[in-house]
Amino acid sequence: MRDMLKYIRPFGGCIALTLFIKFVASLMELLIPSILAKMIDDVVPLGNRGLIVLWGGTMVLCAAIALVGNIVANRMAAKSSGRITERIRHDLFSRITYLSARQLDGFTVPSAVSRLTTDTYNLNQLFARMQRIGVRGPILLVGGILITLLMDPWLTLVLVATLPAIAVLVYAVTKKSVPMYTRQQGILDGMVRVVQENITGVRVIKALSKTDYERRRFDKVNNELADMEQQVGGVMALTNPGSTLILNLGLTAVVAAGALLMDKGMTSPGVIIAFLNYFTIILNAMLGITRIFILCSKGQASAKRVAEVLKAPEDLQVLPAGEKIGRAHIVFEKVSFSYEGIKNNLEDISFSLGHGQTLGILGATGSGKSTLVNLLMRFYDADSGRILLDGEDIRTIPTGKLREKFGVVFQNDFLFADTIRENIRYFRDLTDGQLVTAAQDAQAEGFIRAVGGMDYAVSVRGNNLSGGQKQRLLIARALAADPEILILDDSSSALDYRTDAALRGALHEHFAHTTCVIIAQRISSIRGADRILVLDNGREIGYGTHDQLLASCPVYREIAESQMGTGGEVSTDA
Amino acid sequence: MHKTGTHQKKTYLLGRLWRYLSRHKLLIVSALLCMLAGNLFGLFGPKLSGNAIDAMGVGAGDVDFRRVFSYVALMAVCYLASGLLSYILSLLMIRLSRQVICRMRKDVFDKLSSLPVGFFDRYQTGDIISVISYDIDTVNQSFSNDLLQVLQSMVIVLFSLIMMLSIAPLLVLVFAFTIPLSILSTRFITTRVRPLFRRRSKKLGELNGFVEEMIGGQKTTTAYHRENAVIARFDLKNAKAVDAYNKAEYYGTLTGPSVNFINNLSLALVSVFGALMYLGGSLGLGNISSFIQYSRKFSGPINEIANIIGELQSAFAAAERVFRLIDELPEKPDAAGARVLEDVYGEVAARHVSFGYTPDKPVLHDFSMHADKGSLIAIVGPTGAGKTTIINLLMRFYDADSGVIEVDGHDIATVTRRSLRQAYSMVLQDTWLFYGTIYENIAYGKEDAGMEDVVRAAKAAHIHDYIESLPDGYNTLLSDNGVNISKGQKQLLTIARAMLLDCKMLILDEATSNVDTRTEQQIQAAMLKLMRDKTCFVIAHRLSTIRNADHILVIRDGDVVEQGTHEELMNQKGFYSQLYYAQFETY
Repeated sequence: MRDMLKYIRPFGGCIALTLFIKFVASLMELLIPSILAKMIDDVVPLGNRGLIVLWGGTMVLCAAIALVGNIVANRMAAKSSGRITERIRHDLFSRITYLSARQLDGFTVPSAVSRLTTDTYNLNQLFARMQRIGVRGPILLVGGILITLLMDPWLTLVLVATLPAIAVLVYAVTKKSVPMYTRQQGILDGMVRVVQENITGVRVIKALSKTDYERRRFDKVNNELADMEQQVGGVMALTNPGSTLILNLGLTAVVAAGALLMDKGMTSPGVIIAFLNYFTIILNAMLGITRIFILCSKGQASAKRVAEVLKAPEDLQVLPAGEKIGRAHIVFEKVSFSYEGIKNNLEDISFSLGHGQTLGILGATGSGKSTLVNLLMRFYDADSGRILLDGEDIRTIPTGKLREKFGVVFQNDFLFADTIRENIRYFRDLTDGQLVTAAQDAQAEGFIRAVGGMDYAVSVRGNNLSGGQKQRLLIARALAADPEILILDDSSSALDYRTDAALRGALHEHFAHTTCVIIAQRISSIRGADRILVLDNGREIGYGTHDQLLASCPVYREIAESQMGTGGEVSTDA
Repeated sequence: MHKTGTHQKKTYLLGRLWRYLSRHKLLIVSALLCMLAGNLFGLFGPKLSGNAIDAMGVGAGDVDFRRVFSYVALMAVCYLASGLLSYILSLLMIRLSRQVICRMRKDVFDKLSSLPVGFFDRYQTGDIISVISYDIDTVNQSFSNDLLQVLQSMVIVLFSLIMMLSIAPLLVLVFAFTIPLSILSTRFITTRVRPLFRRRSKKLGELNGFVEEMIGGQKTTTAYHRENAVIARFDLKNAKAVDAYNKAEYYGTLTGPSVNFINNLSLALVSVFGALMYLGGSLGLGNISSFIQYSRKFSGPINEIANIIGELQSAFAAAERVFRLIDELPEKPDAAGARVLEDVYGEVAARHVSFGYTPDKPVLHDFSMHADKGSLIAIVGPTGAGKTTIINLLMRFYDADSGVIEVDGHDIATVTRRSLRQAYSMVLQDTWLFYGTIYENIAYGKEDAGMEDVVRAAKAAHIHDYIESLPDGYNTLLSDNGVNISKGQKQLLTIARAMLLDCKMLILDEATSNVDTRTEQQIQAAMLKLMRDKTCFVIAHRLSTIRNADHILVIRDGDVVEQGTHEELMNQKGFYSQLYYAQFETY
């Protein structure tokens, strides 16, 4: 919760004013019963009907002031809490956007999403309600106690004596329930996962007739969750009847004590009546305060989850610039890297690539091809060795400046619900001409025209496009800004050979100055590359041109033969 | 989620909700009894305290201690009983809500698993999940807590009214003025607020949708260094959501203070008239005290009800979404008298099949083919030509618009879906693995598979060595953030899964697209074994994979443009041969 103070502080003035208005309004409400007491004790015995009506009018006036004050304060509270939440969301979203890949792996995407949606929503509720009831409750409580203290200190002491009992009760309940809430959240995550899996795997589940099995699986987690909810509910349910009971017993004690005091002539019936009235106010205030405690214990969990992300340290530090080394465009120097520190995913990789050259990367699944791209674009830092770009260590280049040099298509890259134009542009300052040219080069122009042009609405995750259409849009995106370096990570796998060949032709013709890194399964996609790197288990097992590798690298030759059928030499006859 | 835009009637919603509650009549009846008894005990409090005050007399030494203390003892007993009963009541209600929420989630999930595949192609996963978690929770919150409160409040109101009538019937007339005032103001506010609340939920939903989408694409955003542009877009949606929130709250928070004001107004009126009646000699001081306490108890709940009515608006909106999902049309039931496909031989034929996902956009026109038992049918063609659609029809994920598909001479529309689907094993391009161990994932299609079977399948799929290299081997948990498992390895796992099954027909839809060719070759023998004696349908881009097919169907724009063996098609020098040669073009 402490981390949220930073967001609350700028609205301090506004909140203080809200609280002040609330305070005045609550004071007015508190006055009403004491006016009542005065009426019964002092005015009624006088028998002056006019005076009674006058005092009644004062009560209505107080009520009216309370009405206006409360409305104004509530609106101010809504406004400030909305603005506070807006800022928290903004910062959280920004922080998540700038998280390093390793950090996001740690939080996981679903968790980051739920922190940004559910948790900020909880906080918003908390801020608004805190100002609405959270202020009223304590003010009514303190005010009520003060006024009763003035009216009759002895009776008040009786009442106040019950408050510690309530405090103990609330403390015990929150202490027990907060960890239970956390557990419940975990089980809920499990249930959501089952649903998610059933949606994404619907074809497999239906094909294997596992519907009943999945239903049982869901029933299990559903019951587990419901049981947990019931347990938490059972604990929380103690609060309300418990504190009501304690206060009611206090009230009973007040009546008994009142009788004793009356007998000694130390109090009057009017005072006791008013006292009982205040008592109802205090009771309600106390219930309000316990509700705040419940709200807070939920809000606290959310605040913690939000703060965890906000406080994530800047991961990829930019080092001071060093001397430039060499003239090559991209250099890997003895680079090793591991995602989890168990096994090296890349080991001792070195190569060098000149401006406008093309590097093809080939290798078995899991051999580290995509990892190499992750390091080159500095999504992760290498554990040892270094990567140079134009002779500069990439760790000395500010991340933004570094990434702007690239145009990239990842495996399973990302399309979003917007027009084709926006998906290619991807929030950059690009002219329509650039977008159209990119679409042409990416061989996407034909299908874009067929679906209705650049304004065609792509649906969520590109669900309304075929695999090959998606890949062509993504390639167009990568080409659109005429990048210094183009990276294609297995991004033409869904293209048929003809389209793939046409794409390569366009790249050769219009992007001759661009340095390319192309990962592919098909030899045909990379055989024209200036250098080909063959990876196996994170290690280099071949490096050279197509012809060199055919001669020197048995694995490469084997792949080439299997794909070209009659061997690598068939190549030229098309 | 169909019928979007139409708002279901409130009475209809209540009726359906009641159906969930009515299963637990015993619980409800005992809860009602607890509530009645608990409140009665609680409500006698003020009356007793009034009696005690009256027993104190008017001056010092005037106190009748015996009577005062017997009232006080009674008060304590009443409050104790009331506290105990209201705790039991809470437990009962929690139990009730547990049953209801559990049932509701089950209904939604059961519906989900009976929906046709097409549903999931149309709706956002996040949206469906928010129904089963957020919406059901909202409904439950209001019906376990708020409904109880409303009922409780009604009892309190009724009882207080009776007590007040018994004390001073004339004074009650004050409420004839203030209650209609409360009702009118609450109604005025809620009608104002309802559309605002809908808008507020909608905008928040849009914001959440954007967040889900964009965080999913965080890597791409950072790769293009477009963080600031994306944040700027987020800010727009964020501001809109906050504005909608503020507008709704602006009116929504009117309710509390207004109703409070009316309560205070009635208090003022009651005291003035009560005082006047006292002067007229028709009311005692203790009676005024009791009356005022009851009038507070009387108007407090009305205040509460007014607040709850506001909250119920969001519950109704949520219930609408839940029921809309439950009302989705399930997969059409199997035809009457549908037969179970047994002892499958493996002959498949399609005749004049046409189909479109939407009526105006046909994907397949007049598609025909024949596959003998044990033959290998390859389906090739450019992307978007309709290859995956054929698979969807064979498995009856969708039904053809016209034409017939037959297995062993039976129209597949006349056999049960379950037996039809069990006749196939299938490996798809989009690999699907779930949160569970590797062992569980491979054994998924065959419940009685032992560890040896699984290991054998994994070895055949050339993934065994990789699995063994993991610290936990076959017990490794596949979780969301398994950064370490590549797409190709996932495909191998699903191939191993298919290898455990023993079906007469096999579908491979780009099953090895992300597996490197070398591994693909290594698993070739196993794949051949997998395919032996089976009727196979293979979709692949790599033409080397399909050169050995018995029959190749070349699809283009929804039509079979060429068919035959590899040699025949190459000799035709048509579309297929163009596709084939394209793979050798360097640039």
